[in-house]
Amino acid sequence: MDLVAHLKELTMATGLSGYEGDVRSLVQKAWDPLVDAFETDALGNLMALKRGEPAEGTPRRAIMLAAHMDEIGLMVTGYEGGFLRFTRVGGVDLRTVLGQEVTVHGRRELIGVISSRPPHVLGEQERRTAVPTDKLFIDTGLTAEEVPHLVQVGDLVSMRRETIALAEGYLSGKAMDDRAGVATLTVCLQELSRLRHGWDVYAVATTQEELGLRGAIVSAYHTAPDAAIAVDVGFGAQVGVSDDESVEMDGGPAIAMGPNIHPSIYELLVQTAKEHEIKYQVEVAAGQTGTDAWAIQVAREGVPTGLLSVPLRYMHTSVETVCLRDIQRTGRLMARAIVALDSADVSAPML
Amino acid sequence: MLLQQLSDARGISGCEREVREIIEAAIDGLVDEQRVDTLGNLICLRRARRPVEGRPLKVMVAAHMDEIGLIVTGVNKDGTVRFDKVGGIDDRILLSKQVLIGQAAVPGVIGYRPIHLIARKEREAAPDLSRAAIDIGATSQSAAERLVSLGDPITFRTTYEALEPGALRCVKGKALDDRAGCAVLVELLQHDYAIDLYAVFTAQEEVGLRGARVAAYGIEPDLAFVLEGTICDDLPKGDEDTSHVTEVGKGPAITFMDRSFIADRRLVDLLVETAREEGIPYQFKKAAAGGTDAGAIHLSREGVPAVTVAVPCRNIHAPVSILSLNDLENTHRLMAAALQRIQGSLS
Repeated sequence: MDLVAHLKELTMATGLSGYEGDVRSLVQKAWDPLVDAFETDALGNLMALKRGEPAEGTPRRAIMLAAHMDEIGLMVTGYEGGFLRFTRVGGVDLRTVLGQEVTVHGRRELIGVISSRPPHVLGEQERRTAVPTDKLFIDTGLTAEEVPHLVQVGDLVSMRRETIALAEGYLSGKAMDDRAGVATLTVCLQELSRLRHGWDVYAVATTQEELGLRGAIVSAYHTAPDAAIAVDVGFGAQVGVSDDESVEMDGGPAIAMGPNIHPSIYELLVQTAKEHEIKYQVEVAAGQTGTDAWAIQVAREGVPTGLLSVPLRYMHTSVETVCLRDIQRTGRLMARAIVALDSADVSAPML
Repeated sequence: MLLQQLSDARGISGCEREVREIIEAAIDGLVDEQRVDTLGNLICLRRARRPVEGRPLKVMVAAHMDEIGLIVTGVNKDGTVRFDKVGGIDDRILLSKQVLIGQAAVPGVIGYRPIHLIARKEREAAPDLSRAAIDIGATSQSAAERLVSLGDPITFRTTYEALEPGALRCVKGKALDDRAGCAVLVELLQHDYAIDLYAVFTAQEEVGLRGARVAAYGIEPDLAFVLEGTICDDLPKGDEDTSHVTEVGKGPAITFMDRSFIADRRLVDLLVETAREEGIPYQFKKAAAGGTDAGAIHLSREGVPAVTVAVPCRNIHAPVSILSLNDLENTHRLMAAALQRIQGSLS
């Protein structure tokens, strides 16, 4: 599979939290040749099972891999004349949406533009202040009479953004958080199809992460894994962000450590990376990681959980940028770690 | 469609060639003379084709080819690209946008610090652009310098498209200010008049009406019309009693005054009378904001009577503007009819 085409397709599809259906179809299509069975649950999680071949006399065990399908966006809250009012679904920085093209998912998909005022009429003070929410509107070019026939309150609004290739293997678009993570699962499954592994693998494309890790909560319960690895995006080094706050772009997956992370999974990932000469970096998360790993760790009686972060610039904007090599490395690392599970012991308690 | 071609073409002030070449192709066979002057203005003459007593009036009709945008001012050690603004841009619209750089149209993005790392208080202020740069994917200064050079023009990566069909027939695209005017001016060359029509596609309007100034000097027109895409601020404003300046769908906007000039009353009257008699909707631009080529033309040599007629554009000077094709067509109708009424001298 062409990773660029896969990631373009995934990121340009719409899947706001709670409405991940289109993305789920794409993921299922991509994973279909790579897995043995699919299940979808009440919250829309896509759970794909790739069976392992355990050695004679070894119990069946399963690892859950999780990456979330949902993306942040907007939702229509009302009309004013022909213009639409809106609110945020997830952590959109509203300062980044002025002059942004959007798709209003009304009775039909409508192109909209988030209005910006002519600079000619703005005072100095106004230019120095973020536009308050009550002065933000979506313009579909329709009149006050026409709009209510096509758009209603509660309709979703997604960023309308073509994913483009930048230089040196970088790709930029919306919803890289966390479709880039979903793509690492695809890479992992592809790798595994050429490898022998004893553990069953549940590749789970989760839902509603941006609203509180909700898909991960129920899918971890259902799959009841013996171990888990979540893949999300991490702050990549960029202009305006200090080294302390970020990880290196093209530096490989950031392997997390801290209370959310089981030391044996951390060790497994680090040792695997070293053994297979996969570039990696280490990231310390002092508490809440803000990822599916946080929910999975406390599913049922607890799950030894690890977290890999794909370095990403400009998180939660419509120009999120990733390096393709980091996605390949993350997928490969997971696949090799899964193979290595056969000879690892992840049953010990936390330190 | 010409407006689409013009909107998608890339041409910030001083780099209008791509736009000019589209126009040159479009006016082929419609003009008697044409030349490009040193600033890059495209000056075309369509001679009087209807009988007139004595010397036909020289009427200059101008629309500017250039658009607002950015320009490369440096390359950082990490391979990101520094930029400055060309023309009047509100910093706040630059975040989270795609751009194209230079002749080769190298794609880049303007990202910003993730919201997670921004304190709540800071989110209420306009973004600090010193914390932003254009990311082209290059990871070192030398790699970036192989792709972009100092002074490369930067345009927004925006595609012209029709919006959902409705009564207003709106379209969106970049640079509608003033490719809308250019499109109308090309159309105006299709008619016959009793005047010598100097259609001038000007350069560098956005950085100070530079092209129009020298073009007007060269032509010495008897009177001038300027076609614009103009400020439209018709967003809901609650109880605030501020002007919309113009409104989309209400017809061509006639300017009697802006920051650069006061329109010649006779020309304003001509336009208003023409609109009334022909049943063409029109509006006045209801704020003396912005400036147009008329500001430079009316001060040319010993002075030139001038007026501006404009198509209202929402989100002007931003990556994606919106206009109504009704307004565009009515601007053409109004201008064609008004120019056809001019005979002999201006009373």
